[in-house]
Amino acid sequence: MTIEKEPVEGAAVLLAEAEDAALARKDSTSLSQGQLIRRRFIAHRAAMISTVLLVFIALMAFTSIGYAGIPGWWGKDYTMAGTVINGGHPTLSLLPSWLGGPGLAWGEHPFGQDSTGKDYFALVMRGTQQSIIIAVVVGFVATVIGAIIGAVAGYYRGWVDAVLMRLTDLFIVIPLLVLAAVLGQIAGRSGNPTVVLALVLGLVTWTGLARLVRGEVLSLREREYVAAAQAMGATTRRVILKHLLPNTIGVIVVNATFAIAGAILLETSLSYLGFGVKAPDSSLGLLISQYQNAFTNRPWLFWWPGMIILTIALSVNFLGDGLRDAFDPRQTRKAKRRKKKVEVSE
Amino acid sequence: MLRFILRRLGASIGILFAASLLLYVLVINSGDPLSELRESNAENRETLMQRRIEFMNLDMPWYMRYWTWLVGVGKCFTLQCDLGTSRQGVEVNSLLALAAGSTLRLVLLATVLAAVLGIAIGVLTAVRQYSGLDYGVTFITFLFFSLPVFWAAVLLKEYMAIGYNDWIKDPAFSPLQIIVIALIVGFLMQVFLAGTIKRRIITFAVAAAFVAVVIPYLTWLNFFRYPQLGFGGILLLGLGVALSGTAMTVGLRNTKVLYPAVATVVLGAIIYFVTFGLLESPNWYILIAGAILAVIIPALLGKYMGGHLRGPAMGVSIVTGLVMAALTAIDHIFRAWPGFLLLKPRPIATIGSQTPNFAGDFWESFLDKGTQLLLPTILLAIISLASYSRYTRSSMLEVGQQDYIRTARSKGLSERTVIFRHAFRNAMIPIATIAAFDFAGLIGGAVITESVFGWRGMGELFRTGLTQVDPAPVMAFFLVTGTAAVVFNMLADIFYAILDPRIRV
Repeated sequence: MTIEKEPVEGAAVLLAEAEDAALARKDSTSLSQGQLIRRRFIAHRAAMISTVLLVFIALMAFTSIGYAGIPGWWGKDYTMAGTVINGGHPTLSLLPSWLGGPGLAWGEHPFGQDSTGKDYFALVMRGTQQSIIIAVVVGFVATVIGAIIGAVAGYYRGWVDAVLMRLTDLFIVIPLLVLAAVLGQIAGRSGNPTVVLALVLGLVTWTGLARLVRGEVLSLREREYVAAAQAMGATTRRVILKHLLPNTIGVIVVNATFAIAGAILLETSLSYLGFGVKAPDSSLGLLISQYQNAFTNRPWLFWWPGMIILTIALSVNFLGDGLRDAFDPRQTRKAKRRKKKVEVSE
Repeated sequence: MLRFILRRLGASIGILFAASLLLYVLVINSGDPLSELRESNAENRETLMQRRIEFMNLDMPWYMRYWTWLVGVGKCFTLQCDLGTSRQGVEVNSLLALAAGSTLRLVLLATVLAAVLGIAIGVLTAVRQYSGLDYGVTFITFLFFSLPVFWAAVLLKEYMAIGYNDWIKDPAFSPLQIIVIALIVGFLMQVFLAGTIKRRIITFAVAAAFVAVVIPYLTWLNFFRYPQLGFGGILLLGLGVALSGTAMTVGLRNTKVLYPAVATVVLGAIIYFVTFGLLESPNWYILIAGAILAVIIPALLGKYMGGHLRGPAMGVSIVTGLVMAALTAIDHIFRAWPGFLLLKPRPIATIGSQTPNFAGDFWESFLDKGTQLLLPTILLAIISLASYSRYTRSSMLEVGQQDYIRTARSKGLSERTVIFRHAFRNAMIPIATIAAFDFAGLIGGAVITESVFGWRGMGELFRTGLTQVDPAPVMAFFLVTGTAAVVFNMLADIFYAILDPRIRV
């Protein structure tokens, strides 16, 4: 983001600069663009809460049962069957004793047990691990491919655009879930199903971002500051990377987070339908699919995985919202301006 | 323009062809279609295998299999489609004919519902950026966006369908429930209407009092089992739409728009009486003809009474006409409801796309299909509603910062004109693309929804086809969804070019 170098943006930027200058004066030190973005992000309460939640869930998932051979602090394994104690009821209790509850207790099986006596906490944590790995890989792969293809197509137009957009259309024509399901079936036969699944999902989910970035770039490239940069002899690479992509950062960031949230839902859906992660491995979608009929008798088997999917997806979405506000202060600016207007009119 | 459309059409067909080849190759390589026969120890194993090889053309190389399929599809141009046979030897044509109707009904309904509601919510939250309403709606849309479909479906079945079915047996509200509902409605109304503290308190009080009076009154009427709209209700609601439509576009003082809209309401009321007997037991043709008339008549009224404001006059009149038509239909549906409840005492179903062996007149079987559609549609709509409202909101905010909007404000145009005539139109440009995406996404959502609700639709066709490594049903599914996606994409592109001439496609 090199806002100072783009005076053509007009009054919105001037205002933004004034505000940033005011922010900087308050601390009597000047702040870099990155510092300003970081400050705005930290000021976004929902995004900060989401970040803490996400880190907490990720830490829980990876430290509790361990990953890739490294043992975790939770003694039970997700593949180990056992005897069902107390109908498999969860032993986790959060009601402290002075409120009449049994106190903050973790218990033997905090999330309960499934019908074969497997520890449900271990199963859910394993599923969470899978979902997080897949989501991060998919988000990364899809964002990089989508942003580059979109920017190149929008900048060059002509036959480059035509070829790249027809390629995008190819992926849009086949419904995402369908393509993902077919690829998931193929990935399931490979050596490391989770990582392969994540990579192939990344290779098919970039299309939305590519089209949006292209749309943005198509109108941005007609602006005067691009012409100015070209006139000053900037290379194509520089125009795309320094002038066009930074101005679409809002779209890219929002879509990267949406892609991650979408990937979590896509993976769980695929596993639910039976085309993603398969038993004996565990996935949140697979758990819901196995226990959806247990709702009336053993609702916890249904609630835990669902709530975790929901929490992760929700946190990622809020994180994206916070990032957008941090990267693109122009939107916030307008609200302040209008608020002032209302105050004056009253 | 025509050349542009033709070029896009050619490209679309090419894409469809390439996509079908890609999908075909992927599907036949996704597993071994004979795996369970290889492991079986049935006596006639060899013959079973032989028959399956014959049905699926497994003795051919892959390009010949694809070619055979393509030639079969090519016959569609002479109206003799041959989509191949499934691995059990069933004609896929007949499978698809059974499946396509229910799925398309579901997806179309959900798309329309989600787009209309989502765009409205998006505009509202953008106008009130950073208000309590904005935060509340943002949180709810984020929640919807993050919901796993299959998980939400089980919750909907459990709480909405079963809860409602138990309640409708003897619909009643306890005083406590009425108070809670009144407080909630009052709260929501003051959030929506906003304003100063005083205005908010008045809104809250009026809305809560209204609900507290209306619910016992409706219960006393036994409205929930014997609902009625009646002539008065239709007239009042129709007038409401005409007035608010005029207020939103050009303002109530402008009679050029107001008069044709009110005339539409009056005409609609007359037509309500004239067609009453006909609509007691109609058929689809009558309803479609009615809907077309509900567009043409108001359009003519708007055109000839609107004068120089012909455009907005036609728009408002057409919306009013369509609402009047819908209200007339709803009135008839309400009349059929008591009889329907006798036929189907637990109305909202959780399984299937229609009740087996259901025998009722037109409106009753309409209600039957409607109640079966209700939960899946809500589910699908909720999920894409979130994306529509998010994108509309950010698009409106983006447009709101443009210089021409400031120019419009500074030359003294009212906020209404600025938002609806200057900002909204430009903000809709990116939404056209979203709509095209969304349709394909919804088809994917429909696969999950159908599997949860046990519909025998196209999703089921795809799912079983893929698990059995059987390309014919999967490709039939793709043929329908792919064609739909291509058409929607093309419409979006054409829309793009029309709406924004700066963008050279």
